[in-house]
Amino acid sequence: MAMAALRREGRRFAPLISPRPITAVRSSPIAPSHEDECPIGVRYISTQVVRNRMKSVKNIQKITKAMKMVAASKLRAVQTKAENSRGLWQPFTALLGDLPSVDVKKSVVVTISSDKGLCGGINSTSVKISKGIHKLNSGPEKETQYVILGEKAKAQLIRDSKKDIELIITELQKNPLNYTQVSVLADEILKNVEFDALRIVFNKFHSVVSFVPTVSTVLSPEIVEREAESGGKLGDLDNYEVEGGETKGEILQNLAEFQFSCVMFNAVLENACSEQGARMSAMDSSSRNAGDMLDRLTLTYNRTRQASITTELIEIISGASALEG
Amino acid sequence: MLRQASRLLARRPRLAARTRPFSTDLPAADQTADATFTEAWSKVIPNLDPPKTPLSFMQPRPPTPSSIPSKLTVNFVLPYASALATKEVDMVIVPATTGQMGVLPGHVATIAELKPGVLSVHEGNEVTKYFVSSGFVFIHANSFADVIAVEAVPLDQLDANLVQKGLAEFTSKLSSATTDLEKAEAQIGIDVHSALNSALTG
Repeated sequence: MAMAALRREGRRFAPLISPRPITAVRSSPIAPSHEDECPIGVRYISTQVVRNRMKSVKNIQKITKAMKMVAASKLRAVQTKAENSRGLWQPFTALLGDLPSVDVKKSVVVTISSDKGLCGGINSTSVKISKGIHKLNSGPEKETQYVILGEKAKAQLIRDSKKDIELIITELQKNPLNYTQVSVLADEILKNVEFDALRIVFNKFHSVVSFVPTVSTVLSPEIVEREAESGGKLGDLDNYEVEGGETKGEILQNLAEFQFSCVMFNAVLENACSEQGARMSAMDSSSRNAGDMLDRLTLTYNRTRQASITTELIEIISGASALEG
Repeated sequence: MLRQASRLLARRPRLAARTRPFSTDLPAADQTADATFTEAWSKVIPNLDPPKTPLSFMQPRPPTPSSIPSKLTVNFVLPYASALATKEVDMVIVPATTGQMGVLPGHVATIAELKPGVLSVHEGNEVTKYFVSSGFVFIHANSFADVIAVEAVPLDQLDANLVQKGLAEFTSKLSSATTDLEKAEAQIGIDVHSALNSALTG
């Protein structure tokens, strides 16, 4: 209270100096009390503070630019793999069709996400879609469980759906992704989780700025039989002769497992691509932001500097004129 | 997030030059996505766009023609590459579990599991042979054949010495195996290596 009164008094003595309040960097600490450059009564940020902030923003800009380059190089590596694996799931869809709206008792949602952050909103999108599918498949006698790949989805889903989570797998990308690793993973999931339908949620990579959330459905052999008998989309499955094996059921079982591992492989690669692409965009906009902030801070800095020079000059001149006059 | 989205959209032309068209994928132009799914979704979750499904990313297959076509269209895919993508050939011979199966245009629709063996593709006078580890083959009524294998190598890339060594190694493993799992693994190794052997010799 007293300080404010003093400040008002001080302002009356120096009517010429009225620097505009610094709006650009409002959040920085304004501490005029312990700086020599701003006398009591005039409120503006010291240049030291602005200089510090400029240095840190410049460093952030450099770091985010470097992260963008790293993401770009990782993207190039994974993109060829993902493109090549796209042919893998198409024969299965051509044979068994795609039935996301199939009515099953037990569905398992496999959510694929990244381990590291700073990749934009792709993980939140995957989690939202997974929760949506959970809601879609809820009803009497129906239940949905989650299998989570990746730390980010785990953090989000563990908060409100902890009891529905069956398996959590992290550190997927420690070694470069290959089919053997994914098939072992698929084996684990198939061994430990009972399902009628598996719904794999991932972000499909279209381009560096576009990632489409996608859900792939893999049905268990019993459901495939049921759908084939009831006609509809899988109706012509009965026309196919099944060679080898003792029973048709055995072949269908192997088929379902193979389909799951192939679809998982493609999904994991696509998600990795999307993650790197999203990280590139996020880091790019971040360094752009940092650049803008740096420009604004530079203007502030110059204004502050010029204001303090003006103040000094005025003091000197008024002092000199007071002596003469 | 929305602010960034508008910025990203403005930058799209520059980044579009970096994207390459993907040969094995199609944009979701006017594919018949599952209508029941999208309807059910928009009822339960109105705020979010429904996720896309694989059907919208695939080229639809042609329907069964009334007369037998002259060529068989083969898709031979591996996890790491599409070795053959919609290639028109005369015949393929696949190593099904029930033996070598020849597939000609107009073959009856079949699903067959593959065992380790030689896959040969006959196009005119040239024959390309691959050794496949295992997988599946789907033969559709419209003379499309999809061969999905886990590993496939052209025959000239196989080393006979390593095959012999591997065979000996797995035979010894089988004799020293105790648990069922070890026995099964050793048996699989023997099967693959003896198939490799016969592929190289036969």
